[in-house]
Order: sequence, then C-alpha cells, then structure tokens
Amino acid sequence: MKMWKNMLQDKLALLSFSIISLVMVTGLFAPFIAPHDPYEVHMVLRYAGSSWTYWLGNDHLGRCILSRLIYGIRPSILWVFAALAVSVGIGAMLGFIAGYFRGKIDALLMRICDVMLSFPGTVMTLAIVGILGVGLENILTAFILMKWAWFARVIRTAVLQYSESDYVKFSKAIGVKPFKIIYRHIVPVTLSDIAVTASSSFGSMILQISGFSFLGLGIQAPHAEWGMMLNEARGVMFSRPEFMVAPALSIMIVVSAIHFFSDYLQVALNPKLRTSKHKAGDFAGTTTPRLQEKEVA
Amino acid sequence: MLSVNGVSKSYNKSGWFQKDKQRVLEDVSFQCGQGECLGIIGESGSGKSTLGRLILGIERPDTGEILFEGKRLGDAKIRAGNISAVFQDYTSSINPFFTVEQAIQEPLNNLKSGLKSHSDLIDDLLLQVGLHSDYRKKYPHELSGGETQRVCIARAISTSPKCIVLDEAISSLDGSVQLQILDLLKDLRSKINTAYIFITHDIQAAAYICDRIMIFRNGSIEEMVSTDQLKDVQSHYAKKLLQMTILN
Repeated sequence: MKMWKNMLQDKLALLSFSIISLVMVTGLFAPFIAPHDPYEVHMVLRYAGSSWTYWLGNDHLGRCILSRLIYGIRPSILWVFAALAVSVGIGAMLGFIAGYFRGKIDALLMRICDVMLSFPGTVMTLAIVGILGVGLENILTAFILMKWAWFARVIRTAVLQYSESDYVKFSKAIGVKPFKIIYRHIVPVTLSDIAVTASSSFGSMILQISGFSFLGLGIQAPHAEWGMMLNEARGVMFSRPEFMVAPALSIMIVVSAIHFFSDYLQVALNPKLRTSKHKAGDFAGTTTPRLQEKEVA
Repeated sequence: MLSVNGVSKSYNKSGWFQKDKQRVLEDVSFQCGQGECLGIIGESGSGKSTLGRLILGIERPDTGEILFEGKRLGDAKIRAGNISAVFQDYTSSINPFFTVEQAIQEPLNNLKSGLKSHSDLIDDLLLQVGLHSDYRKKYPHELSGGETQRVCIARAISTSPKCIVLDEAISSLDGSVQLQILDLLKDLRSKINTAYIFITHDIQAAAYICDRIMIFRNGSIEEMVSTDQLKDVQSHYAKKLLQMTILN
C-alpha cells in the first residue's frame, strides 16, 4: 500500500510506529519477554539499583521494575486501546447513521450525545467508579460511556461534509443502496478524520488511565500499571528520584509516539497524496518539502 | 417517458419549534419525451436544482408524483440504469479515492447483469467522450475541469440510460471548454438517443442544445417554449430574461 511506502520516507512516523507496535507486541507477549515474575517479592533487594539480573533495579518490595513495566503495558496501553476501539466503533456507527440519513434520527442521536457530553468527563468517571467500585474494568467502562458521544459527534460532522458531495448524489441518483454508499464512498474519505481523532484521543486516554491509577482508582496492587508505579515511587521521590524515571519516561515516550503518528496519519490519509504512476516525478517534488518541514517541527 | 405531475416541495426553515416552511416548488407539471432535450432555465434560487434532485430521486416531493414510464421514480430499482446525472462541481463529482476506471464502473456494477468485465466498454466510453484509454488509471485530482466533466459524462452514459439530468453541468467550465462539452453532448445524443434535462442559468447554452426550454421562476413554470420559437415568448419575465442575454 502507498501509505506504508510513504511512511518509510518519513523517519519520525516510522520511528513512532515502530515504538507503538514494539510496545504493543511486548505487552501481548509479556510472560515470554519479562525477565522475572513481576509479583515476586525480594525484600533483600529493596530499592536496589540496576544490575545485570535486574536491569532497571528493584522497587520498594524488591520486585523487578523492568518486568513490572512490561506487564504494565497491558492495562496502560492494550486495554485502553480496546476501550478506544469499542468507543470509536459505537461512535462511528451512530455518526454514520446520523450524518447520512439526517432528519429525525440525526436529531435524536445528537440530543443523546448532547446529554452525554454535558457531563464533565472526569466527574462522570469518578461517579461511575464510585458506584461500581474501584478497578480497571470500571474505569474502562466509564471511558467507553463517556467517549462514544464525542466520537459520534466528530464523525457525524465529517460525514455531513461528504454526504453532500456530488459523487454521493450521483450514487443516490443511480439507485445504489444507502449502506453501500456509506461503505464505498463515505467510510474511505472519513477514515482519515476517524483515525486522527482516535489516535489523538488514544494519547489522552493513556494519560487519564495512568492518572486514575496514580490516584489509586484504577488497577489494584499487586498488578502493575505505569501510573501506579509512579505512585509507588512517589514515597521516595526525594531520596531516590530515579525510581520515577522508568514509568514516567515510558508514558512520555509512548504518548509522544502516538501523537507524532497521528500527525503523520493526517498527512498520509489525504487522498491528494495518492498519485498514480503518470505523475511520479511531480509527486516526489511535492512531498519532499512537506516531510522536511515536519521533521523540523 | 418522464412525467412530473403537480410536484410541490418545501423546506423547514431553521429552528425546532418554528412551523413556517419555505416553498421551493409550487405545483410543477411537465413531460419529457424519449430522446428529447428539455432545458430548465431560471435564476439562482428559483428552485431548478431542487427540481433536478427530485427527478433524480435524491429527495421526495411533498405532493405530486414523478413518473418514469408510468412507475414512481422514488424507487431506486426503477432509477438504476435508466436515469443518470452530471453535476456542476467537477471537484467533488468523483470520489477522490477512485480512479477514472472505478468511477465509470460504479453504475455498471450497480446493475446486477453487469458482472462480466467491462474493460472494453470503458475504453469505448472514454473514446466516445474524447479521452485516451490512458486515463483509466488516473485519479480525479490529476484531471482538469473539462476532463473530469468528460469522465462524468462517460460515467453517466455507461448504462445507456434513457434520461440524463445535467445540473449546471457546464457552468463551472470556461468558455471554449463549455462549447466542447456541449458539442460532445449533442453528438452523444444523436448516437445513443437519450433524453437530457438540461438545468442551467445560461440561456445561450440551453438554446444551443435544447429542443424545448422551460423558464422557471420562484418555484413554478413561467413559460414553456420550443427553442425555435424562443423569440416569441409571451410572459414579461421571459422577455426581460432574453433581452438581458442579448445585451450581453
């Protein structure tokens, strides 16, 4: 595909994509990759520095920080990703229906979205955690409940913009069925908007889940999570500040990578960059300056 | 073949609780015969494009009916293969992700019978609208306005429809290209014998190609004349409209 070829030219995008996929694969295969059991306590090794057996040292219970970091990918990133996928899925479905069919169904769906969006997100999450109890799955449920409305809104706006275009009118005129029009004409052009909004909110969702875990509302001990690891290191913040470095850096690197990648997606999914062989020379001429510009930024 | 009987259409003005509606079309009735070219002329906002959308079945009339060979055009199955369209805005008339080939194939694929390869047919269609078969793999943003409009015409005639609605199809092109497209349309009509409903604000273009001209004003038909009797229009508005064109 053209998109992957373009990515090979954009070093920042390639780096971000490699980081994201590497982290995700590591998280998926955590039991095989982690050097130690993340729950194994060695009180002798409390606050030990890095060594050849424990690369990143040991925490306040003598557990291997690297292993905990690797296991922490699962709640911090993979579960957030799953929640994101669910909420984007719900939002996209409703957004497409509202934006394409308009009229009463649009009005109804958008009023429901208005109601959902009128609750402050964090307060709503806290309320749901308050009702359902502390835990990762409850926070994720709260995320899905809160986010779908926002995605439905954004996607509906994108769909509205394209469903008025002449090629959609033409398809309607020649009698193509509505869902086929959505699938053939509207999904491809709105995909870039969906990908960009989804990927940028992926970053903020990771930060939020780490934030909630930092506050002790998310995943519970002894399970590892990056935000919770930060919280555990907080106790020795002044005597041993290096313990905060590993989880903090992991969050920063992953979130930055996601943001850079979503920037790239915005450019790459623009169909104007897709050019056939006829104008190959022209194509190279127009994209190179853009890529250089991005690297500087 | 196509008959529009007492069609009215109105739109809600913005606002939820407001009841007042804006009348766009008021009791419009006319017929269009097989192979005829009917021009619909009117100022901006006169409702001629709304009429075009109703004929294409994109929207439904509030009252009245639009029949194609005695059947309701609201049914997508009746429209498929029989009716087609060319629109004004060449920048959005082809899906930016589609190549020329895919765009022309769309109406063919929509017909159930068209499962076999259309490769030769597409070459032939491109040839008919004066484009080389090299254009098949191009994307719309690589085409000029005139070329895009030619592709749209090729797409419109691909199923040999009985009626094509041309909604301001040449208005966004510049002078010489307009004439080329008009000649192409004339030429195609003599070959495949389809009816055109030619919606425009340009009387000269309409007079050049149409058999009959319908002058449209404020959502209703002001006058209907055949093109060779265009000089003898009766209504005051039509006379004024013609005078303005001659002065230009």
